[in-house]
Amino acid sequence: MPADTRTAGSTGVALGSGSRAKRLAVHAALLAGLLVSVFPFYWLIVMASRTTGEIFRYPPVLVPGSHLLENMATVLDRIAFFGSLANTLVVALVGTALVLFFDSLAAFAFAKYQFPGKKFLFVILLSTYMIPAQLSLVPQFVTMAHLGWVGSLTALIVPGAANAFGIFWMRQYAENSLPDELLDAGRIDGAGFFRLYWTIAVPLFRPALAFLGIFTFIGAWNDYIWPLVIMIDPDRLTLQVALAQLNSVYGTDYAVVMAGALMSVVPLIIVFIIGARHFLRDLAAGAMKM
Amino acid sequence: MAVAGATGAPSTKPSVRARKERGRATAGRPGSPVRRNLPVYLAISPFYVLFAVFGMFPVVFSLYLSFQDWDGIGDMRFVGWQQYDWLLHDSVFWKSILNTFEIWFLSTVPMLFLALVIAFLLNSQIRYSMAYRVAYFIPNVTSMVAMTIVFGSVFAQAGLGNSLLKAVGLGDFGWMTSAWGIKVSLAVMIIWRWTGYNALIFLAGLQAIPSELYEAARVDGASSWQTLFRVILPQLRPVVLFTVITSSINGLQIFTESQVLFQASNGYSTGGPGQEGMTIVLYLWQKAFGDHQFGYGAAIGWALFVIVAIFAAINWRLVARFGEDRPVTSRRWRINRAR
Repeated sequence: MPADTRTAGSTGVALGSGSRAKRLAVHAALLAGLLVSVFPFYWLIVMASRTTGEIFRYPPVLVPGSHLLENMATVLDRIAFFGSLANTLVVALVGTALVLFFDSLAAFAFAKYQFPGKKFLFVILLSTYMIPAQLSLVPQFVTMAHLGWVGSLTALIVPGAANAFGIFWMRQYAENSLPDELLDAGRIDGAGFFRLYWTIAVPLFRPALAFLGIFTFIGAWNDYIWPLVIMIDPDRLTLQVALAQLNSVYGTDYAVVMAGALMSVVPLIIVFIIGARHFLRDLAAGAMKM
Repeated sequence: MAVAGATGAPSTKPSVRARKERGRATAGRPGSPVRRNLPVYLAISPFYVLFAVFGMFPVVFSLYLSFQDWDGIGDMRFVGWQQYDWLLHDSVFWKSILNTFEIWFLSTVPMLFLALVIAFLLNSQIRYSMAYRVAYFIPNVTSMVAMTIVFGSVFAQAGLGNSLLKAVGLGDFGWMTSAWGIKVSLAVMIIWRWTGYNALIFLAGLQAIPSELYEAARVDGASSWQTLFRVILPQLRPVVLFTVITSSINGLQIFTESQVLFQASNGYSTGGPGQEGMTIVLYLWQKAFGDHQFGYGAAIGWALFVIVAIFAAINWRLVARFGEDRPVTSRRWRINRAR
């Protein structure tokens, strides 16, 4: 979408753009929504820094207490937090790197090359969307058992290393942002497919890669059902599964469980806030093209 | 070959020759399009290889499995349609479908409405718009497991939810014990997680509406409400459909919230008191990995597939019907109805 419609679009919508009072009302409404959005995090901090007894007191305590470090230490005692964190980091980072590479490479091919079977292959790619992931939960597990990957990080990384969403989305981006003239110039200089990809396409893809990267990283970090099924060794879990385990085994010790939850949430929020601008702009643009 | 020609001499002339040569070479070998395009096929192959092994094969295999009786360790036993027969007579399975749709409805309707309101507010040229967007999107980014645990404490009998009710003079509500309480609790979590996401998508849709349309409406003397119903909402239709479709697909696969909220200390979850929080995917997981009934789990997977397919078909029908909504007749109808 060209930039001019974008700025123009926000001119006159029915609501808000009028008087000072009206603008204040808009802010008040948005702030109310914002509080609802953010409150559970605040509440998480409150609970993680209290004792379990304090959490369920009436009237409830509404400000953070002084037991945060103590609760965190208990978390470290009860679950292999750092081991799980390392596993999650490996899965999310390696998985994201592979997705970025494979998806952008395939997207480049689909956007800029003609080859026999292209249309057919792209239709197959899109139709894989239709299959709900949960359909193959059981046989996927059996497949992993045959490969000997049950309980290993490989099982978490490999199946998702290239995905239809990313290829489709990157292809849309490539078609609009990668001028044919640049590629022709590269060809005249004798560059082959992979050199064109690496030296011309990848630098231009950077904004799209940033979006897809954050999106994939967050998804991998938060993935739950598949690691829950496949990581059967209690000493080798991802953060989400370890957290769920902490919750189910020590569920009555709320303060400690909350400290664990807080520790699992904070790294991701940092990643998100760093990348938020890029991410939010491109998320909206991506959704518009679907 | 072209590379060799080009690197051999830096001037442009040989490059052009190299290009011509390449053209001739490809034209001269009509029989090997695959070989000529080898790098391209290589580039797209990872997805197809992975899909064949971890997508296609499991789907076919799950069909096979759904006709077997298998605990995952011993021998498989062919049982024909028996798993499906059981499924049709399994009251828990039907309950899980009903629960899933109830939770989906309870969450999707308020969620999309709230998202639309927030999108309008964000679109009204206010300051700090980016800060609001970040804040509204944060729920979607955070771990479902962690936040379900937080909500679980809020919905506990002595939790914040009931404390608030008490503070305003109301009695306790069975957030996690009564049939509707459980569904409302799950719906609240879904609404909290997805409203901001949908609001930002609506916002993108609003910003894509050409300003000339507003101008035209203003020139014609349209009121705010007329502009909303006759200009903005019709333009927003594809975006609304996108959000309806994605929330339907996500909604049919609710799992984590229910699983974590009602997890027993042995790790398994039957969806809470009266199994009111039992969803389709939770039942699949429970049967396959809790009770080790792999064949039955596979059959539930196929049932889920059929339900998603029917839902997708309904969505497509909606897309098609609204897509035809361009001709003058229907527009006149809309105006008449508005009067």
